[in-house]
Amino acid sequence: MKHELPKLPYALNALEPLISQRTLEFHYGKHHQAYVNNLNNLIEGTSFENADLVDIILKSDGGIFNNAAQVFNHTFYFMALKPRGGGKPRNKLYDALVYTFGTFEKFKEEFSKAGATLFGSGWVWLVADANNKLSIVKTSNAANPLCDNLTPIMTLDVWEHAYYLDTQNARPKYIENFWELIDWELIETRFENL
Amino acid sequence: MSFELPKLPYAYDALEPHIDARTMEIHHSKHHAGYTNNLNAAIAGTDLDGKCIGEILASVSRQSAAIRNNGGGYYNHDLFWKLMSPNGGGEPTGELQKAINDTFGGFEQFKDKFSKAAATRFGSGWAWLVKLSDGSLKICSTPNQDNPLMDDAEVKGTPILGLDVWEHAYYLKFQNRRPDYISEFFEVINWEEALKRFQD
Repeated sequence: MKHELPKLPYALNALEPLISQRTLEFHYGKHHQAYVNNLNNLIEGTSFENADLVDIILKSDGGIFNNAAQVFNHTFYFMALKPRGGGKPRNKLYDALVYTFGTFEKFKEEFSKAGATLFGSGWVWLVADANNKLSIVKTSNAANPLCDNLTPIMTLDVWEHAYYLDTQNARPKYIENFWELIDWELIETRFENL
Repeated sequence: MSFELPKLPYAYDALEPHIDARTMEIHHSKHHAGYTNNLNAAIAGTDLDGKCIGEILASVSRQSAAIRNNGGGYYNHDLFWKLMSPNGGGEPTGELQKAINDTFGGFEQFKDKFSKAAATRFGSGWAWLVKLSDGSLKICSTPNQDNPLMDDAEVKGTPILGLDVWEHAYYLKFQNRRPDYISEFFEVINWEEALKRFQD
């Protein structure tokens, strides 16, 4: 099965000024695309050739894992952004966040702190365990919570390539902007489909 | 005693056009300054306060993540600035030239191997040319701000060359083209400094 770069549900300039068109041109057009291309090249002629993406993530390591997980991670991140997003989630997800973290603001604070303090390249995740209990986890480089039996609900890319053209060393500024772009409806759906 | 942000041995724009002034300024005045300040905060009031950076790095396996990360960041960047020069580039000389030729078969082979180590380090990290305790040379890479002076390093020894491949080192000028950045680094390598380190 050939993996493909997913089409974004918005134009590359649609997240301006919070995330620039230039950042998306590289992040989506170059980095995400390269992970897709590398994955397709690496799995050719291997037992992963016809496997679906999650299967590859769960069973591979090394270069195949890194590229497969980065394809998943970026798709998961980009799909849950939208122009004029932000605000708060509603319904079950809102209740679950308040139940777990005390208030929505506290969740936001903890998630932002996890993003700001992850050292090096990686991802911050809101995940659910087998009992639908929510938590925040950080992963390094390409690592994905699926490998720890956790289901991703939302993610934030804190590789420097996600923000360096826009906010340089000021990662917290990028994280602040991220909250204004979240597509909560989509993330609610992910939670409700658990 | 606390660590101070070392002054750059040249102006921010001195490595143009290979490394741009804006990158140098943010890299030094924000990233390196951040590691320096965070290192000072992490050792304040501990028995590491007053120790030299070499001693701190040689004990990181017993220290907090903050000391490992910021101690490494403080040391690595200081070394990195010294290993570049506006009059750099070219090829190594003297004993280092001989050692590189003997170990790798020639300068071009060394350059290929070092560049590959830098290009294939996944995520943030550094590529190194290391002098091992038996005097031999080895190329390796480390994640994040780890380095060959750390007591739990896979390849332990004296760093002769170090190349920062965190995206902040090249993203403003080269974006996703890390290999282009690596080849520009070779245009500014301060081989005199590398030779000095090799001889020490």
